Amino acid sequence: MKKNSPSFSGRFNPNEILLSAPSIVWLILLFAIPTILIFLIAFKSADAYGNISTHWTLDNLRALANRHYPMIVWRTFWLSCLTTALCIGGGIPVAYFMARIPRKGRNLLMILIVIPFWTNFLIRIFAWKNLLHPEGMLKQVLVFLHLVAPEQPLLYNPWAVLAVLVYSYLPFAILPIYAAAEKFDFSLLEAAQDLGARYSVALRKVFLPGIRSGIWTAAAMVFIPALGSYVIPDIVGGAGSDMIGNKIAQRAFINRNLPEAAMLAGALSLTVLLPLLIYLFSQRRNKHQLLTGTPP
Amino acid sequence: MHDYLVFDHLTKRYGALKAVDDVSLSIEQGSIFSLLGPSGCGKTTLLRMIAGFEKPDSGRILLNGRDITQLPPNQRQVNTIFQNYALFPHLSVCENIAFGLKVTGHRKADIERETLRMLELVQLERHADSKVTELSGGQKQRTAIARALIKKPNILLLDEPLAALDLKLRQRMLMELDLLHDEIGITFLYVTHDQSEAMSLSDKIAVMNEGHIEQVGTPSQIYEAPCSSFVAAFIGDTNFFDGAVIEVKDSEYCTVRIGGFGDVLCYNDKKLRVGNPVHLSIRPEKFAISRNLPEQRKGRNVLSVTVDDIVYLGTHTKYWVLLNDYRVEINQQHMRYQLDQIPIKHNEQVWLYWNADDGYMLERYCEDDEEMVFQPPEEIGDNPEPTEQHNEEE
Repeated sequence: MKKNSPSFSGRFNPNEILLSAPSIVWLILLFAIPTILIFLIAFKSADAYGNISTHWTLDNLRALANRHYPMIVWRTFWLSCLTTALCIGGGIPVAYFMARIPRKGRNLLMILIVIPFWTNFLIRIFAWKNLLHPEGMLKQVLVFLHLVAPEQPLLYNPWAVLAVLVYSYLPFAILPIYAAAEKFDFSLLEAAQDLGARYSVALRKVFLPGIRSGIWTAAAMVFIPALGSYVIPDIVGGAGSDMIGNKIAQRAFINRNLPEAAMLAGALSLTVLLPLLIYLFSQRRNKHQLLTGTPP
Repeated sequence: MHDYLVFDHLTKRYGALKAVDDVSLSIEQGSIFSLLGPSGCGKTTLLRMIAGFEKPDSGRILLNGRDITQLPPNQRQVNTIFQNYALFPHLSVCENIAFGLKVTGHRKADIERETLRMLELVQLERHADSKVTELSGGQKQRTAIARALIKKPNILLLDEPLAALDLKLRQRMLMELDLLHDEIGITFLYVTHDQSEAMSLSDKIAVMNEGHIEQVGTPSQIYEAPCSSFVAAFIGDTNFFDGAVIEVKDSEYCTVRIGGFGDVLCYNDKKLRVGNPVHLSIRPEKFAISRNLPEQRKGRNVLSVTVDDIVYLGTHTKYWVLLNDYRVEINQQHMRYQLDQIPIKHNEQVWLYWNADDGYMLERYCEDDEEMVFQPPEEIGDNPEPTEQHNEEE
């Protein structure tokens, strides 16, 4: 019998199932079930002590129509989009540079990119608080260079949140883009130049499409956590810089209303998941058409 | 035909290594010119300098009289077929072909017309919308050719374009390339390490070694009259013998004593004198062996040897025969096949014979050629020793 590619054969090798069983169990126990629980709890109500009561309700769904939410959702959305765009925009040149230099230099740069993770995330965020503080070093330098007015606050606004978001998630953009750029065949750029393209055109028309899988991964790696970020706006953002994450935390810890927090979290998950699922299904259909529609 | 592409004392160094060492060449318009050499001989570096991916440390490249040494790759009327084809994986076949016109801002209608014409030329109409990753090796290669030709290059550079193909496909593509060249008539500069590709395709071949050019000539010149033992050994197989002239017979022939092998008659085109050392190359197909003593002819050398190894190859048989320390390779064409014929066997004593004209004297003496060529041979008939070896052996 001719061996088909595994994804289209429709048959499973028992060994494959055995090998993937641990990760499947892990995902079901620690991801799928908790997610379903969150969606279920969202339709419960909380009692005065913060416990989850036994009866079902749609109150939490109605509570989504809070008049403060649209502004917060919008802010969360544009901060996440801008963070993603800046991280990808910064990640591409770094990844390109890393992929072109000799292997020794790459490893060094890789270490430099990963080293900040050795410092606790919270400490790094607090460090930013010090940098942006009116008496902080960054502020002083910028004032000295006449780039900001002395009275202009750098901290406690959405721009501070954006800066720290970009700082935090840039490595998560660089790494997948680098992984794609490292596999990119740079002789394609020579081929493009050979065919009359200027180097910038070759980069745009050949390099960028060549690493697009890395760019998509980077976008997901940055956008999804940015949407759910809570600590960063909490620490460097002011009263007007709340994101959805802050609201979820507020419902859970301050209001002691876990079901309402679950409803918010569930709504956030769905807004991320649905477009992703639609994208994935459209990809699969295209791929299927490609493989079945055109005989070689 | 005038010199179309000229390399003028090109040198390229990588650190201490001279990848290309003072190379001067000129290539005629419309010809197929091959750069042939082992890997690392500098042929690809030379090609990349023409394409504009490398800048020479010194020297100039002239294309149709214009100095293009400093032009960036995208401004040269030169296109390359890369060894791995370097097709853009995110584009379809026809998008790949159209790429060169799109990036230079041609009109849409022109691009479409030219792309169709190219698809037709390389017979890929049916695959116009295929992904390049789904193509076979030969189809990829044809796509690469179309993508380069759509730019109407003055020179098409081919960097080992057939190396990735299997033998049968390689032979077919070789014929297709040849036909294509006849059809479009632009200059091909073909880089390869495969001597049979170079021989079958080229009008002229430059054999390169360690950054410099060993010899430039037509395929037959290079095969029949190699100017160095490197060329002789690299182009085809050959047997080398070292000896010295012991007798100059007349204006054409001399006898060379090869220690441990015998005294052989040799065509003396280098006008060597008695006592001159000789480095002799004799191609395997110039030898013949037989069980019966071959008849005496003027200029024929005959030696008794022992068969060491036999490989039957259908078109011919390869023999290796031993004579003292010498192991000689022979390609023998088959005579008319007869069922009752007893084939030559391992360890059999046979007669090895070849024509004195078929030995070729090599380089060592090329160097002092000029000094020797005009000197009349002095000792004609001085040495009356018999030179027909089989007499001694009987």
